[in-house]
Amino acid sequence: MCLAKVDESENMSWDKHRLTPELRNLQREIEVYAKSYGLDFYPTVFEVLNYDELSEIAALGGFPVRYPHWRFGMEYDQLSKGYRYGLQKIYEMVINNDPCYAYLLRCNALVDQKLVMAHVLGHNDFFKNNQYFAHTNRKMMDEMANHGSRVRAIMDREGEDAVESFLDCCMSVENLIDIHSPYRKRQESVYKSGSHENSKRDESHQGRFRSKSYMDGFINPPDVMKAEAERVRQELSRPKRFPEYAERDVLLFLLEHAPLKSWQHTILEIIRDEAYYFAPQGQTKIMNEGWASYWHSTIMTRHCLDASELIDYAEHHAGTLAMTGDRLNPYKIGIELFRDIEYRWDHGQFGEPWESCNDFKERADWDHGSEPGLGMKKIFEVRRIHNDISFIDEFLTPEFCRRHRLFAFGFNQDSETYAIESREFPKIKEMLLRSLTNFGQPVVRVQDGNYGNRGELYLEHDTSSGIGLRLDFARLTLENLYRLWSRPVHIETIDEERSALLSYDGQEHRVTPIGPQPPPKAKKEFRREG
Amino acid sequence: MARHIERDLQRFHHIVRGKVQHNLRKYISEGEMIGRTGGEYVSIPIPRIEIPEFRYGSRNSGGVGSGPGNEGHEIAQGPNPNGVGQAGDAPGDHIMEVEVSLTELAELLGEELHLPRIQPKGDSKIKDLKDKYNQISQIGPESLRHFKRTYKHALKRQLSSGVYNPENPVIVPIREDLQYRSWTSVPKPRSAAVLIYLMDVSGSMTDGQKALVRSQAFWIDSWIKSQYEGMERRFIIHDTRAFEVDEDAFYRIRESGGTHFSSAYQMAIDTIEKHYPVSEWNIYVIQFSDGDNWGNDNQACVDLLRKNLLPIVNQFAYVQVHSSYGAGEYMKIMKSEFSDHEALVISEVRDRDSIMASIRDVLGKGR
Repeated sequence: MCLAKVDESENMSWDKHRLTPELRNLQREIEVYAKSYGLDFYPTVFEVLNYDELSEIAALGGFPVRYPHWRFGMEYDQLSKGYRYGLQKIYEMVINNDPCYAYLLRCNALVDQKLVMAHVLGHNDFFKNNQYFAHTNRKMMDEMANHGSRVRAIMDREGEDAVESFLDCCMSVENLIDIHSPYRKRQESVYKSGSHENSKRDESHQGRFRSKSYMDGFINPPDVMKAEAERVRQELSRPKRFPEYAERDVLLFLLEHAPLKSWQHTILEIIRDEAYYFAPQGQTKIMNEGWASYWHSTIMTRHCLDASELIDYAEHHAGTLAMTGDRLNPYKIGIELFRDIEYRWDHGQFGEPWESCNDFKERADWDHGSEPGLGMKKIFEVRRIHNDISFIDEFLTPEFCRRHRLFAFGFNQDSETYAIESREFPKIKEMLLRSLTNFGQPVVRVQDGNYGNRGELYLEHDTSSGIGLRLDFARLTLENLYRLWSRPVHIETIDEERSALLSYDGQEHRVTPIGPQPPPKAKKEFRREG
Repeated sequence: MARHIERDLQRFHHIVRGKVQHNLRKYISEGEMIGRTGGEYVSIPIPRIEIPEFRYGSRNSGGVGSGPGNEGHEIAQGPNPNGVGQAGDAPGDHIMEVEVSLTELAELLGEELHLPRIQPKGDSKIKDLKDKYNQISQIGPESLRHFKRTYKHALKRQLSSGVYNPENPVIVPIREDLQYRSWTSVPKPRSAAVLIYLMDVSGSMTDGQKALVRSQAFWIDSWIKSQYEGMERRFIIHDTRAFEVDEDAFYRIRESGGTHFSSAYQMAIDTIEKHYPVSEWNIYVIQFSDGDNWGNDNQACVDLLRKNLLPIVNQFAYVQVHSSYGAGEYMKIMKSEFSDHEALVISEVRDRDSIMASIRDVLGKGR
């Protein structure tokens, strides 16, 4: 009786968010158009929300139920105030999940709803097909809710304050993950103590090929075997480093080796899980938005748009793609690059002859023709296998930079201003790639988990770009790391053009310069990441 | 659906309040009370709370943008333009404003300065009757009919008498079912206060000193207001004569010429007599000056204070704002004449940083 009642009320509140028949028909219609181009997406669940509800969900990163934390409250405060004072407005929200959830703003005009639906289908297709999303949990809606209830249960047991301040600590290091790790099989037993015994037992057989006894002397020549055995022995007697190789997944290292209580372990694991879930969205911001914009534009202009809606559509579309000031808009760069690729492949502007042609005139008029639909085929391929870095690396052309008036800017120490540094293609490309590398965040690795043989944690910030860490933040982060590691923590970075070691021992901060020489200048060649 | 975000929002506000409290000292001394929004709230800028993480220092960093301009063309002042990484985010600055209600602000101030609560005088004598709608009655005007309760009564009656038919759930209230909202008259002690500010606008008070006065008056207002249900304020300025003005003019008008404190005292006394019967009002008189009274006026002031003013006020505060011209003689006279009068407070403000201490002096007696 009681249960039935609850169900009913839930149904009703769900009902409230359901699409109106008009919108439902619209969704069906748009899905048909999208499929006709070959878009391949998860079933989409649209919910209609008023602004307050949308702000709430946006503050929670798109998930209606998550663990409690003040950060979400802060985001919500800002979003709802921003809306109230007319400063900003969220148009759409879409969640990488199966089924894919997307939210529509109730007060939007019909033309906006169409645009958003078409846009969302683009994202949905991207989530489903881009390889960088392949490892993400497609039931994240449920997973997030589970995380929420686990954290809530822990809060009930351990107290709100303790859990919240631990969450703060974890969030402080949540960017220290290795975005490549989902694609690499980790050597399971590297840290496990049992592994050494195993390797010893196998010692006599190491490097030995199977052979018949009369052939053994040839297949496994004794001197080679001896040398190999010697090498292995040396390898084993060499003092072990810990970790064996610099570990970029700092969170994983902490999970495996920091002296955490079991509830703390659970929470850190949750933070890490979610960080990995969100990482591909950061890795493909330009492509993802570009792809979605490409499709809303295609579907709207070729199929959906009523003549009476044209002006509104054009205004909103332009608003989304506008480059305000000097800021680079990922929507704009993305959609233009996709269109450029389509155009180039439709006109045969690719491959060896194109690459090696240096004549501007010839390149501009290049139309070698190609099989029909090649451009379309190409952009579908691109959306499957690339991420922002490889996308820019592969498809940004000098023509494109010129057409869109791109420039590279830098900070001028003397005048304390930012100024245009260059309009040369290689420079622009390098800058753009650099700003995308590791989401524009510093790469940090665990170098030593037993620094000075005192169990101290030694991190190294990869300073090949020549840019140091923001020091005040670095200090605070070290304090949080200390709380996780419980022993002194260090990070090697650059301070005022010199290598320096920032340390925190639980009481005070120290900065120790390393080495007399200034660090190498920013390397010219760019290392591919991402 | 229970809104999960409410909890997070409250938690955030809680943290912010903590931060506000933490920073209160700064706000007071820097006079950083940013605009009141409406009469009830003040907004205080606080930094957006950022969780620290390893990130690049903003200097030396560059990025890619688009637009016209040659090499060397300046595009933004340091230190934080928006490169591609941050596109699409919220506005780039990290200052946000929180709204704090004045009552809350006063609470925070009270906690920060350990101010004693004021015991309003005369609260036992004067009582207002106030109507409170806190009852239900069986009779009343239709406009006050309590629909829900009436409906429930009718439903109960129909259920118990077996008239109710779930197939056809029609509820018809009869006369006995009708319920009305009703009130009781509650005696409420009335406590009202009047704050009379006196300011010396003779030539020696500079704008900088007035800013100090204004800042301090704001906090005194807030605190006293939080302690009473009603508060009125009067502003009196004087050189050799006194005038009553509005708040705006109080801080703006600048005269030159001499100074007779007694003129302002007399005016305060007249105002009190005319408008604020002592038995009903808690009276506060606060005088700001640089302490340069004309010597021949001092005796008159002391007499007025002793005979007419001090006996009727809750508190008289003399706040001397330090001036580079004046010697501040008056403070010495006050100190020697009324060495420990319970209704009198003497305080001195030298600069912004001493406002805190002065507020504590003025409000610390809890009268």
